[in-house]
Amino acid sequence: MEKPYDVGPGERVHPGDPVTVDRYTTAARINHWITAASLVLLALSGLSMFHPSLFFLSKLFGGGENTRAIHPWIGVVLFFAFLGLFLRFWKANLWKREDGTWMARLRDVLTKHDENLPEVGKYNAGQKMVFWLMSILIIVLISSGFAIWDEYFSQYTTLDQKRIAVLVHSIAAIVIICVWIVHVYAAIWVRGTIRAMTRGWVTGGWAWRHHRKWLRELVTGKNDDSGAKRAR
Amino acid sequence: MYPPLPNPSVQPSAAVYGEQDLIRRSASSVPAPSRQLTEVAKLIDVSKCIGCKACQVACLEWNDMREEVGENRGVYDNPEDLTPAMFTLMRFTEWVNPESNDLEWLIRKDGCMHCADPGCLKACPAPGAIVQYSNGIVDFVHENCIGCGYCVKGCPFNIPRISKVDHKAYKCTLCSDRVAVGQGPACAKACPTQAIVFGPKEDMKQHAAKRIEDLKSRGFANAGLYDPPGVGGTHVMYVLHHADKPEIYADLPKDPKISPVVELWKGLTKYAGLTAIASFVGIGFLHHVVSGANRVSDEDERNAKRLTEDQTGGR
Repeated sequence: MEKPYDVGPGERVHPGDPVTVDRYTTAARINHWITAASLVLLALSGLSMFHPSLFFLSKLFGGGENTRAIHPWIGVVLFFAFLGLFLRFWKANLWKREDGTWMARLRDVLTKHDENLPEVGKYNAGQKMVFWLMSILIIVLISSGFAIWDEYFSQYTTLDQKRIAVLVHSIAAIVIICVWIVHVYAAIWVRGTIRAMTRGWVTGGWAWRHHRKWLRELVTGKNDDSGAKRAR
Repeated sequence: MYPPLPNPSVQPSAAVYGEQDLIRRSASSVPAPSRQLTEVAKLIDVSKCIGCKACQVACLEWNDMREEVGENRGVYDNPEDLTPAMFTLMRFTEWVNPESNDLEWLIRKDGCMHCADPGCLKACPAPGAIVQYSNGIVDFVHENCIGCGYCVKGCPFNIPRISKVDHKAYKCTLCSDRVAVGQGPACAKACPTQAIVFGPKEDMKQHAAKRIEDLKSRGFANAGLYDPPGVGGTHVMYVLHHADKPEIYADLPKDPKISPVVELWKGLTKYAGLTAIASFVGIGFLHHVVSGANRVSDEDERNAKRLTEDQTGGR
């Protein structure tokens, strides 16, 4: 049997009716929700400075001046929070042979012909793309963000570099918001997913349907307490 | 000589223009004004400037600003750059004219050019923080400024400066408060050689034409007016003795225009960005309506149970 690459700490199968599977540890969930909150606050504050019709959003942050001052700091929080997620999840997001097949059958994904899809590990190709796009875009956003964080860093870049940085920052922000919409939509559309991030577990049927390879690895890696660890 | 504006009456008088004369307001729109004010302009004749810095002093005085005592960096420029307090700055350049081999001491009074197409206003995200009056004055309204520094990126002349104290953007106002009560800018008032004059833009152009004619008669064949069309013309203009090479005057841009990067950021990106976000939300919504939720079936649960039990039982 192939060495399980994507079984992480704390992931365990509990036999029962229904079977339940622990997917995310409490620490991972807290980490995720700090990241999520930062991303939402960044999108709201950023959009208020992006388009005049959305300037009213700055009221959520106590006015335009506060929005301008706080936005970069939330960015710093997001960077470190996402770094935590990255270190937790990068391994399970490495691209595998079946991911190409899964992507090629995106039509079957969207039309719910799950029976035509290859068995996938902890993450499917769509989730992996969200993961890597988020990773790249966050690096682009924080680097371009420093170039336009005039309060502390204005002396380190030229005016032309700042102009490019502000354009890159806004385009990257738009793309990451779109990626975020895909991420949130997928979690809503695929029922039973959100519980993984709120309570930490999914049903066996959910794992069977969407991440069968991961479930098999978990099951064969034994389902006692140390099973997951030994399987790595 | 262009007649200087007479000293004003000391009686309080109402401003002759105001909110109702705005033609542009940042991140918002204004109703078309019912009248067109006479366009004004400040004309700076660099050939008459003696570099006394009376304009800088007058500017600090009128705007009640104080610049910190700086350090001598071996040049006459003082302070060395525009600052949130110093709205206007004499920039000194020692230039060797390759034709005559003469050393020419070029002095240019730098500051906001009050562009007809202001890049700062275009870039500003805060409603009403930058306004433009129909007389051509571009002014910053500090209570609306959020200190983001976008105006700095929008400006083709690198003029606005952000205060480290109150985090707001500052630049020359063309003394809009003085102009509103029939006076000229403080710098023009203080200038001892009439290198700075102020009046209706048309008059300024005519005055400049005479100055240019005079300069040409004295051997400055390339003397001319600096009123760059790339920004729609400006309401601060220069008479330059070498108008063919404005860049020798401390990097005065030859053909200034709003950076294409800024145009792209404030143009296509702004609209395409919101459209993209709205489309993603819309497509998601439509997809859910058409396809319905992706639910786990009882069969999936049974399969999972069987898999689990097989393994448990098998050991």
